[in-house]
Amino acid sequence: MAKVKERASVLCQERLAEGIYSMWIQTEQIACQAVPGQFVDLYCKDKTKLLPRPISLCEIDREGKRIRIVYRVAGAGTREFSQYQPGDSVDILGPLGNGFPLEEAKGKRVFLIGGGIGIPPMLETAKQLTGHKNIILGYRDSHMFLKDEFEKTGRVLIATEDGSAGIKGNVLDAIRAEALEGDIIFACGPMPMLGALKEYAKERKMECLISLEGRMACGIGACLACVCQSKEKDSHSQVCNKRICKDGPVFRAEEVEL
Amino acid sequence: MNMKVSLAGVEFQNPVMEASGTFGSGAEYGEFVDLNRLGAVVTKGVANVPWPGNPTPRIAETYGGMLNAIGLQNPGIDTFIKRDIPFLKQYQTKIIVNVCGKTTEDYIEVVERLGDEPIDMLEINISCPNVKEGGIAFGQDPKAVEAITRACKAYAKQPVIMKLSPNVTDITVMAKAAEAGGADVISLINTLTGMKIDVNRRTFALANQTGGLSGPAIKPVAVRMVYQAANAVRIPIIGMGGIQTGEDALEFILAGASAVAVGTANFRNPHATLDVIEGINDYMEKNKIEDIKSLIGAVK
Repeated sequence: MAKVKERASVLCQERLAEGIYSMWIQTEQIACQAVPGQFVDLYCKDKTKLLPRPISLCEIDREGKRIRIVYRVAGAGTREFSQYQPGDSVDILGPLGNGFPLEEAKGKRVFLIGGGIGIPPMLETAKQLTGHKNIILGYRDSHMFLKDEFEKTGRVLIATEDGSAGIKGNVLDAIRAEALEGDIIFACGPMPMLGALKEYAKERKMECLISLEGRMACGIGACLACVCQSKEKDSHSQVCNKRICKDGPVFRAEEVEL
Repeated sequence: MNMKVSLAGVEFQNPVMEASGTFGSGAEYGEFVDLNRLGAVVTKGVANVPWPGNPTPRIAETYGGMLNAIGLQNPGIDTFIKRDIPFLKQYQTKIIVNVCGKTTEDYIEVVERLGDEPIDMLEINISCPNVKEGGIAFGQDPKAVEAITRACKAYAKQPVIMKLSPNVTDITVMAKAAEAGGADVISLINTLTGMKIDVNRRTFALANQTGGLSGPAIKPVAVRMVYQAANAVRIPIIGMGGIQTGEDALEFILAGASAVAVGTANFRNPHATLDVIEGINDYMEKNKIEDIKSLIGAVK
């Protein structure tokens, strides 16, 4: 599978919630190769911003050669993206990293878990996972972007930090409140959530696959900026460092230190 | 039209290489760039044993640049010799191995190990600002520069490039010290030490607090230092610091560099090295330059 850098074009852009935007992008080659859990690098037009912004794929339309990203405006680069209009060009590198190993979910009860801006990559994952699954989404408040779209793919549980919707608390509070049982976890979200899921999965002997993020430069495994600590010595680095961009972003929870 | 350049008896098909640390050993960028077309691949610094590097965050973007404090993470010379050299030997490009160490003995150990390997040149990194021992500690005192150069030269079987730090009062003093120690070539500049504060989190943007500034923001500093060094020593210079285009590269060549390296630009554009080669080619065609050597140091 070859990564490509291409000039793609913006199909549409929509604001989903405060600071959260959704953009569909027409690609030549990236969509055809992408799998859920992978990400793309977007380059700013403002040339004073050198580094590409890594953003996860929210939806992949292979036939239509389109990808969708849902992202948070976190700084000037993502603010620039949020102002793109249909027809604008955008330089993208992708697809990058390794996706969720969906085949491992076969015949198992799956927890699909997203927290905050870790929710978007779980949508394509949810669409492609057709077996038994519970989708648990953790939001800050009742601005529940993408919730309706997840509900088209399966049963959705909501947790909110402020209790304004669903269960007050985090995704694990929701799982416990409903006494859900599962065999395997696919998750993306903030570090504390992933750390808690890792512990939860270990106690229950569940498999747990988590998607990490990190500050990246190259996005392809060369610069060694985005490493995370691995439990075992990594064969590429010969030290306990794995590259989130290349070896991840999806890891087995037990193989990384959170 | 001739783009070939020669450094310490090694002939390069063109003067464009990439800067150590931005390109790994070429495997990742090989998906985007035909490595056969590069003048050389300069590998990421390698030490005698694996180094884990610094804690994260290791990078931060700045206006027109970036800070990095990777901390010379590397897999060590054993893995490098087993894996990276055979990979690079598949290509028709010169191989320059960047060497780092904490002590003189560390440097010598790596230089010796590389003695019988099929590589073309050694680049000795005495200018990394992101490690506590070694690195820049060797590069900010002319006596230390001369001594480490002499030590490496005593064991090296390939020509030696000394990579100099810009974090000095007078670059010509360091350039002359490297020359006095027997360096065959000098390369400059490594990154400028910098710092970024995250005002929202009220802490340093980098876990290492300081990092090395690179990218187009530093190019004028780099061109100035290459010009000064070129007028201070007789040995050839590899110029680098913020090169993104053929014209950027030509500034360095006109200032006195015999070859150039593309670093941070690879992150912005994976094809940056090839774009620079094509940009130089276009300039030579347009200005009817027969031989790139006629441009080296042409601005006096």
